[in-house]
Amino acid sequence: MYLLEVRDLTKHFGGIRAIEEVRFRVREGSITSIIGPNGAGKTTLFNCLTGITQPTKGRVSFLDTEITGFRSSSIVKLGIARTFQNIRLFKEMSVLENIMVSQHCRTGAGLFASILRGNAFKKEEKIIEEKALEYLELVGLEDFAETLSWNLPYGSQKRLEIARAIATEPRLMLLDEPTAGMNPQETSEMMELIKKLQELGKTIILIEHDMKVVMGISENIVVLDHGVKIAEGTPGEIRKNPLVIEAYLGKEH
Amino acid sequence: MTEQRAESKEQRAKNTDKKSPGFVLRPLIIALWLALLFLPFRGIKDALILFVMLSILLFIFRALSGYAKTLTEKFNGIRQSVNISLETVYARSKIPQFVTYLLLFGFILSVPFFAKDYFIDVLILAGIYVILAQGLNVVVGFAGLLNLGFVAFYAIGAYSYALLNTKMGLGFWSALPLSVVLASFSGFLLAVPALRLKGDYLAIVTLGFGEIVRLVLNNWDSVTKGPNGIGGIEPPYLFGMPLGRLSYYYYFILAFVALTVFMVRRVYKSRTGRAWVAIREDEIASSSIGINTTAYKLYAFAFGAFWAGAAGALFAAKMQFVSPESFTFMESVLILSMVILGGLGSIPGVILGAVILVILPEMLREIQLYRMLALGSGLVLLMIFRPQGLFRPGRLSRLAGRANL
Repeated sequence: MYLLEVRDLTKHFGGIRAIEEVRFRVREGSITSIIGPNGAGKTTLFNCLTGITQPTKGRVSFLDTEITGFRSSSIVKLGIARTFQNIRLFKEMSVLENIMVSQHCRTGAGLFASILRGNAFKKEEKIIEEKALEYLELVGLEDFAETLSWNLPYGSQKRLEIARAIATEPRLMLLDEPTAGMNPQETSEMMELIKKLQELGKTIILIEHDMKVVMGISENIVVLDHGVKIAEGTPGEIRKNPLVIEAYLGKEH
Repeated sequence: MTEQRAESKEQRAKNTDKKSPGFVLRPLIIALWLALLFLPFRGIKDALILFVMLSILLFIFRALSGYAKTLTEKFNGIRQSVNISLETVYARSKIPQFVTYLLLFGFILSVPFFAKDYFIDVLILAGIYVILAQGLNVVVGFAGLLNLGFVAFYAIGAYSYALLNTKMGLGFWSALPLSVVLASFSGFLLAVPALRLKGDYLAIVTLGFGEIVRLVLNNWDSVTKGPNGIGGIEPPYLFGMPLGRLSYYYYFILAFVALTVFMVRRVYKSRTGRAWVAIREDEIASSSIGINTTAYKLYAFAFGAFWAGAAGALFAAKMQFVSPESFTFMESVLILSMVILGGLGSIPGVILGAVILVILPEMLREIQLYRMLALGSGLVLLMIFRPQGLFRPGRLSRLAGRANL
């Protein structure tokens, strides 16, 4: 069963072809990596999938719903969450508040409910807090609940971003370079976390440069170069693919 | 790295050494430049005097530069000590919270019994500004949308009560909901096109909106009587009697201030408030955790304008007269200064900011024209020493109160 289907997705910025007719499918419960040299269009692909930019052409369907053209908040509500390459936390909010606000699309208290504070409101707030602590525990940040998020060290900020994505209760998580800038210790911890997410039933797509991570955890790899998909397959296949080697190392003369 | 820094420091010290030519030349050049600037205005004699005085002063200053260095250190010390927030000072004072609250409430409630009418009048105005500033605090402080035309909603609230009362004979209580809804609705109308813009552009559009509203009020003679304004507005009636006396109106405003603070605070510490703060912090991230940013910005505009409308109606009922003069751009700037002075996003801070900026100019009336100068320089000093305002914004979650941040 395929959770996500991307068909002929194309995005042009003026004359620049950021992605050109990319198509791939993602099985539920799998880990897919998207790799490619810098400027290959990986992040643009993520932006198109999450509704931050609208594709020029092509279709994306998620759980048999066509989501192309949806605004990002609706896409999140359907069950796709993402993290960012350059961390985008809510800096002036505490770690806990970051997670609390991320449950926004799964809760419903409105303006009037928050003024009146009836029982339903109080119950919902309590559940939000409890769940937030749970998610923090999952990524190992429960001791920093009251720290302002910009005071966290870099690695923890990345984990908090993941916790924030989990808090939207997604079925598919798009992680944009989760291990960038991390030392080997932090990287292996991050790999553990990603595997744990898979065990929790999340489907994962990640953009990654660290080949150890890519080859270690992904079942399927999509290789982009200059916006075009040049290869797709298991880690073993990709490692031997001459097109991929050429894209990364250049052509032999 | 540190060695290099030490070296360059030594070099700089050498440059200011008394033997180097820069030591003599630089003060002379600075003095000459300033003297030349003054030449066209004051004539050659004054410019020369200025030049001589300045070069001597600058020489002395440079000679004392070593001493100046210790002074800067002292300055930094002051900066740091001022940087402790008011809350921390309060926490250190170890006065139990309920005692402070009790004293504060006691004082606020007893004001009409001992204060002069003039002072009560000023406090009533302060109350109206607290409501206004809380409204703007929602837009600028919580949601981070810079609004330079906030006075427009205040004007709409005031004029709708004035018109409903004088033309249609509606009393305060039936006109208030209408003027509040009208103000919110105009907030909504402004927000629909304006929210496509961000930052500075949004600020300019809101500024334009503020001016449009003022100009319409000024020129639509048949309805608003233009610059003459509308007089003869009824004060509100409570239990069948008019709130003509100042002390009654004081309590009346106080009740409204309490209501505003109560409701704004509740909304802030809820799903809606958290969504606003998230939008302020990072718009793209907040849309990618499922917040409909457009909708929530609209709510912020409408909710802020709601309170501005209420403040407007209260203002019109208090003054029993409205004219476009009360709703100039300067008014928007004043309200924004209150929010910034108090601390963007801090509810108690904004109350304090509004009260200070209403009472202080009144107290400084003695120095007449210079009071705006004094206020201005006060604000500049505040921005240097404490750019985040008097108070830090309150935490969004209930849990936070229990932990020490």
